[in-house]
Amino acid sequence: MKVYVCLKQVPDTESKIKVAADGKSIDSTGIKWILCPYDEFAVEESIRFKEKNPGATICAVSAGPDRVVDALRTALAMGCDEAIHIALPENADSYLTAKSLARAITKSGTPHLIFTGKQAIDDDAAQVHQAMAEFLSLPAVTVVLKAEYSATSVKLDREIEGGAIEKYEVATPCVIAAQKGMNEPRYASLPNIMKAKKKEIKKVTLAELDLTDTDTKVSYSAMQLPAERGACKMISGDVAAQAKELVRLLHEEAKVI
Amino acid sequence: MKTVIYCEHHNGKIKKSSLELLSNAATWGTEVHALALGAPGTLDGLAAELNEYGPHAIHFAEHAGLAHYSSDGFAKVVADAAKSLGAEILLASVSTQTKDFLPRVAVKLDTGMASDCTALTVAGSNVQATRPMYSGKCFASVDFSKAKPVMATIRPNALGMKAKKAGSATATKLATDPGTIRAGVKEVVAKAGAQNKVDLTEAERIVSGGRSLKSSENFKILEDLATTISATVGASRAAVDAGFRPHSDQVGQTGKVVSPSLYMAFGISGAIQHLAGMRSSKLIVAVNTDQNAPIFQKADYGVVADLFEAAPKINEEFKKLLQH
Repeated sequence: MKVYVCLKQVPDTESKIKVAADGKSIDSTGIKWILCPYDEFAVEESIRFKEKNPGATICAVSAGPDRVVDALRTALAMGCDEAIHIALPENADSYLTAKSLARAITKSGTPHLIFTGKQAIDDDAAQVHQAMAEFLSLPAVTVVLKAEYSATSVKLDREIEGGAIEKYEVATPCVIAAQKGMNEPRYASLPNIMKAKKKEIKKVTLAELDLTDTDTKVSYSAMQLPAERGACKMISGDVAAQAKELVRLLHEEAKVI
Repeated sequence: MKTVIYCEHHNGKIKKSSLELLSNAATWGTEVHALALGAPGTLDGLAAELNEYGPHAIHFAEHAGLAHYSSDGFAKVVADAAKSLGAEILLASVSTQTKDFLPRVAVKLDTGMASDCTALTVAGSNVQATRPMYSGKCFASVDFSKAKPVMATIRPNALGMKAKKAGSATATKLATDPGTIRAGVKEVVAKAGAQNKVDLTEAERIVSGGRSLKSSENFKILEDLATTISATVGASRAAVDAGFRPHSDQVGQTGKVVSPSLYMAFGISGAIQHLAGMRSSKLIVAVNTDQNAPIFQKADYGVVADLFEAAPKINEEFKKLLQH
């Protein structure tokens, strides 16, 4: 029984983002790359599934430039069994990413479950989970807070507006996209980190998937940093005076109340 | 350019953000088609509301299989409708529903989509969109030259509601087949105490608290203030990680990205990951004891004070103001 977990390597949330010289990508100098936090929940969920279903093999898959191998090593150290690195250029869109993941998974073996995060915190597109599922003709449930697994189906809780929950029961195979809170991801132990270094990461080229770099649909023609705000108006006085002045400003100057 | 706008509705009303999108589309000079999905006989009442925003045509896709949301059923019906109507542009406002099923529509139409746009203009055959990346740490201009039809989702409040424009389109029924539904909602369970609250992502006003609140009980002072000004309560990651609030209340890069007219931050120092989630708010107020807190660099109005003293006082002042 094969379980896949699709993951992305992204800049750490504390990273400062700068626009590169080409004006349409980010400057990666000084960026600390991490396994996307939402994908961490997906990795953890796949390992927990395997702990209850020892026959399962967990394959971590990531599409991106060579650096993503580090994110795959993290997943292996957490407990994934094998890994596939799809060589994809920087800034590939959701369409090509999803298509390459779907084809790599099809080549590697029929999935029982595919886990991933609800979105990657770099481009924030939140498209690959459902797009990949569509390429694979599989059902998918996203923003999942809870999953209960039985032999041929999964009961899922999906978070929607206002913290309300949609309840699903979906037959396997299916795609499950994790929301923060689905579980508490484990830290990899030192022995497991050492073992993960020796595990093979299978590299797949786009050509082997019958795809090319240009099979994208959407790209970015320019990137810019948000406009800086004007200086903050500090309100002085004792608390009562501050409160009074703040509310006056919100009402009379900013006109938001 | 034939523009199809997916109009989401709940409890017999079109979502405000869908109407906001229609009101903007009416200013572009394109042919605007409003599309709504639902069970047979449940959609007719929506036509009057849609016609207030002047669409050229209204299409209802009705099928018993559309009584409840499903990503596969909704994706198939919207993709089929886009094809049969000859959509050149397919738009929707961002919601947990459209985020879920539109990526499948893009694949079915063999096109790409720009999600979560904060700016969108259509002039002739030229579609310009801007979308935030890294939770708003930077903004990208989208190149749609290879995406046919153009697909985009737009954040609530991003374009602003434009003037109403009376229309007189007659709703037509589309031949509709949602196919086999594999991932359909069985039941929706509301969060206790969350009824009637506007979601953070759609809120006009937000009152947020950080770890300085010290406990979940203490958030009561922010809830009281929020009630006075009809705001939604949010929280920083630190407050969520400390267990004071559920993750669904988290504002930031690993929580929700918000863009209200007024964002009030109490006891939030302003970690990069929080600032990324709220910096597109139109007006930001920060209340913090530390005058060097980074939040003040992003705020419009700053109050250096103990939030436990300031929040009730500000609440009193709001009450005085709003009584008049």
